[in-house]
Amino acid sequence: MVSERIEALAGKVDAQLQGSVRRLPSLAAELAYQVEPAELLGVCRTLRDAPDLRFEMLMDVAGVDYLSYARDDWETFSATRSGFSRARFPEGAALDPGAPGRFAVVYQLLSITHNQRLRLKAVCADTAEPVLDSLVGIWSSANWFEREAFDLYGILFRGHPDLRRILTDYGFIGHPFRKDFPLIGNVEVQYDPDKQRVVYQPVTITPRVLVPKVIRLDHRYEPALKDPQVPR
Amino acid sequence: MDNPATEIRNYTMNFGPQHPAAHGVLRLVLELDGEVIQKADPHIGLLHRATEKLAESKPFNQSIGYMDRLDYVSMMCNEHAYVLAIERLLGIEPPERAQYIRVMFDEITRIMNHLMFLGSHSLDIGAMTVFLLCFKQREELMDVYEAVSGTRMHATYYRPGGVYRDLPESMPKYQVSRWRSEKEARRWNEARSGTLLDFIQAFTDAFPAAVDDFETLLTDNRIWKQRTVNIGVVSPERAMQLGFSGPMLRGSGVEWDLRKKQPYEVYDRMDFDIPVGVNGDCYDRYLVRVAEMRQANRIIRQCVDWLRAHPGPTMIDDRKVRPPRRERMKEDMEALIHHFKFFTEGYEVPAGDTYTAIEAPKGEFGVYLVSDGANKPYRLKCRAPGFAHLASLDEMVRGHMLADVVAVIGTQDIVFGEIDR
Repeated sequence: MVSERIEALAGKVDAQLQGSVRRLPSLAAELAYQVEPAELLGVCRTLRDAPDLRFEMLMDVAGVDYLSYARDDWETFSATRSGFSRARFPEGAALDPGAPGRFAVVYQLLSITHNQRLRLKAVCADTAEPVLDSLVGIWSSANWFEREAFDLYGILFRGHPDLRRILTDYGFIGHPFRKDFPLIGNVEVQYDPDKQRVVYQPVTITPRVLVPKVIRLDHRYEPALKDPQVPR
Repeated sequence: MDNPATEIRNYTMNFGPQHPAAHGVLRLVLELDGEVIQKADPHIGLLHRATEKLAESKPFNQSIGYMDRLDYVSMMCNEHAYVLAIERLLGIEPPERAQYIRVMFDEITRIMNHLMFLGSHSLDIGAMTVFLLCFKQREELMDVYEAVSGTRMHATYYRPGGVYRDLPESMPKYQVSRWRSEKEARRWNEARSGTLLDFIQAFTDAFPAAVDDFETLLTDNRIWKQRTVNIGVVSPERAMQLGFSGPMLRGSGVEWDLRKKQPYEVYDRMDFDIPVGVNGDCYDRYLVRVAEMRQANRIIRQCVDWLRAHPGPTMIDDRKVRPPRRERMKEDMEALIHHFKFFTEGYEVPAGDTYTAIEAPKGEFGVYLVSDGANKPYRLKCRAPGFAHLASLDEMVRGHMLADVVAVIGTQDIVFGEIDR
């Protein structure tokens, strides 16, 4: 019953937005589309205004950094003579941070009229300076959500009225949620009794991994993701 | 510039971050014309702990405790959204009893949150008594949290596949001490002599009268109405544009509640109503929340009745997501290894992404979870209702007096744990 509703909505989206969106594989109860950055504004306006879609609410905007997607830091299939790698950061395995399609922005839309949800994903073309069109003109709620994505991932939003940092400190350098930004950060603060103010200094703790990230291929729950309706 | 008209200028005022009415660490930069707000610029992030980034470096189960610390007055609801997202990706469903327990604790949490809202909102506006009455009730619910999880606030009680343990057969009791006489302890322990369900049932019997007390103090109170009626009015169209949810959206007259419209767990079997406001002002949102407390009380009562009659497992029997029993670990080496691996390495979640939203007391609390097939989340994004609400503060207070800023912050039910994350 759930998937029937999803398929009915998918039919309406396909009819309205022929060719400008591409369906993504998702859980059976959810519907996700990818949209080209150039067509983002037009697609969103249609999704909001078309009478049989009416996605009048933008619930969430999430930046995603795909730099280390599906890469584990513990090789479990072949142990070396010295044992497993014990989750040290792999040497020389630095990825190319400039690989295309690194940054994406995921929008969660909600239609109150039709009680439907839809997920829209836009992948930034240029990784050095990821830019997307701002949706503030379509949904006012995009304002702070886009500021957050800018602050944490450095994704720029063209046409945003007030693109400032929002969560990080005044004068913060870098975009902390990027995968190549260390978890411990770059600077720490301390009160300096001589200067009688708080000063910044490089971090003094060393990074460590308590539990390595492990990707195994024996997913026994895989059928949950296999929806015959969705082409993979 | 010798034209005298140019000398009259707006002035900028700083509000917070250390201000009792700022509900935590909100810094507001206000532009005032006399006492009228021209512009409000909230500066947030003073409580930013990078919860989402920390979650990326830990196995799935180890981040449940972080969820409590997001919205720290509605702890279990945050856990619920996160746990539900993992369950969706795993494709598992908890046993029926666990679902009822979750619904019951979601509603207990809703009452706790609304009591906090009511107490602090009225205290901000100048009513001291309500605050004390609310916290007296809230303390009882804290005891319920403690009985079931061992902690008063940060419970970490919900787990993927169910809840950590079944409801206890006894309540913790007050001890006689230098500060509490035997007679006093006996009086306090009277309601605590039975099981947890007895205690909750006694609470649900007594709670409507307590809500009546709050309403007696506030609903027809002339000062309360002067401070809240027609303050911070939001039209339904603007409320949707601004991404409002929960009582903020319902206060504006939009009938929308995820528990009814997109039911999760066993909410579709519960009998309750959705209170909806008319004018979209602070007063209507107050009425909506008070009515919600009464409805939550009804739901809790239904859950208590069901849970009494239906004993059963509270955790899915799937060794991938549940730790082995203590007794088995004492005699079985494999169980011991399993326990160690489960709590250190965790379990792998199949690749995919999901957006799972629940009706938290403050509105739609959503979790966007991306897994790349590892034992840790690849990306976790928490959609905090308060974030969208605070973003509209500028629009809501513009043209109001300075004192109304406090009323609007109170009505938005701001908690910085979830906004800054």
